[in-house]
Amino acid sequence: MSEPSQHAAEDSGPGRRSVLKAGGVSAAAVMMPLAPGGAAHAAPGPSAAPRAAADIALRVNGETHRVAVEARVTLLDALRERLRLTGTKKGCDRGECGACTVLVDGRRVKSCLTLAVMQEDREITTVEGVARGERLHPVQEAFVARDAFQCGFCTPGQIMSAVACVEEGHTGSRDEIREWMSGNLCRCGCYPNIVDAVRDAAREVRR
Amino acid sequence: MKLFDYARAGRPEEAVRMVAARTTGTFVAGGTDLLNLMKDGAQTHDLVVDVSRLPLTGIEESGGRLRIGAMATMADVALHPVVRRRLPVMSQALLQSASPQIRNMASIGGNLLQRTRCGYFRSPGFACNKREPGSGCAALEGRNRGHAVLGGSDHCIAVHPSDLAVALRALDATVHTLGPDGPRSIGIAGFHRAPGTTPHRENALRHGELVTAVEVPLPAPGVRSRYLKVRDRASFEFALVSAAAVVRMDGRTVREVALAFGGVAPLPWRSAEAEAALRGRALTDTTIGEAGEALVGRARPRGENAFKVELVRRALRDVLDRLGRQR
Repeated sequence: MSEPSQHAAEDSGPGRRSVLKAGGVSAAAVMMPLAPGGAAHAAPGPSAAPRAAADIALRVNGETHRVAVEARVTLLDALRERLRLTGTKKGCDRGECGACTVLVDGRRVKSCLTLAVMQEDREITTVEGVARGERLHPVQEAFVARDAFQCGFCTPGQIMSAVACVEEGHTGSRDEIREWMSGNLCRCGCYPNIVDAVRDAAREVRR
Repeated sequence: MKLFDYARAGRPEEAVRMVAARTTGTFVAGGTDLLNLMKDGAQTHDLVVDVSRLPLTGIEESGGRLRIGAMATMADVALHPVVRRRLPVMSQALLQSASPQIRNMASIGGNLLQRTRCGYFRSPGFACNKREPGSGCAALEGRNRGHAVLGGSDHCIAVHPSDLAVALRALDATVHTLGPDGPRSIGIAGFHRAPGTTPHRENALRHGELVTAVEVPLPAPGVRSRYLKVRDRASFEFALVSAAAVVRMDGRTVREVALAFGGVAPLPWRSAEAEAALRGRALTDTTIGEAGEALVGRARPRGENAFKVELVRRALRDVLDRLGRQR
């Protein structure tokens, strides 16, 4: 039993934040409700006073979600832990592996390297949002047909990156695909099949 | 990441005022470096002011110069038609940087301010004069394969990681800023600083000063430019060494030349010595060799990075060979 934590909790009323601080566990913060009074304010727009938390609107896969988040919460953590959209994966949390790739206003980005509060009112697309009902996106179909994965952990990020890669038109050759898919790592080493899938999907989309 | 206050600035002046008012305030544009630095504890801030939505994204040509808003993304600039056509060295440097996702996020201003990839700097617990002035430098006698052979000091041998900055150094760009005392312009030559005894001071910016634009003189017709990056992987990797060359040839004779190098120094490294060895002379194996000698004349390799001395000479030879053959 940790006495300092107990004292901190007593000293500051509800005390969730204080306990959290004493523990120093920032990853857990996204799971915690905001301290009373700290959240229910307008979103920070121009000239808004600086604050450590905000109530923001996140537009994900065509739906608007209101969510109260601390400023330090990444878009990735907001998607996974607050909106329960766990298709987007956390690999390195440093922008190196690409497992967290999503589209923001149609462009692929790494959701671990941006804050949720920075993406307010942007149009965010995750892997949950690329299929049309029961019908898979051509990139998803190509990944299945080409067996472009083994463990599957990097696959949502690969698919989101591939959707953008095809859209951008960077699919002229195997080398070009490899270069423009280089932000997504696959520890199982399925790269040849991933390149095949991206080529197939590009042909399918162009048809 | 530790708790911090966040605000989104509506105007550049407002962003500057907010950051200037707090000792550990900072700007965020793309966030691609800042978030990692805060996650790793290499930097802590009690205020982060979001400048990503400021209207500083334009790319405009006027009077023989290209003015690039500081919030333009690396992808936007790399693929801009004027950049591709007139400034290949810059387009190539950007397209060989990072990954497509990061290039969609990272800003041009932030690119110049990104911090070294030195593992000791990014790992609190190790001595690092850049992160904690006076604590020492673990890289001097440590794992320093990636570190500087030129321009370092006994206080720091970390290299500057930006490819863009190397291209801009060869192109003689100008950085425009807005600070608490108003706007000013800083030549790229004076923007980044050698470490000396104060490696924590990496550039000419003052606290609260915001980069608003980067301006590049467009080369005259006939000027050729090229960027060569040598790295451990074919893509998505920082440079071991890189070379940016801007030349104007008259037949085989070099009329004008600007040479800058990355991966070898704590700042984008312009070599007046190498340029002097080529200017007014024919581009031959001999003169290129002499330029390479001049480039590394004052090199000071450490335990693991002596290979860079040879590698950067070969990079120079390669980039000049290709430019010389180009029509």
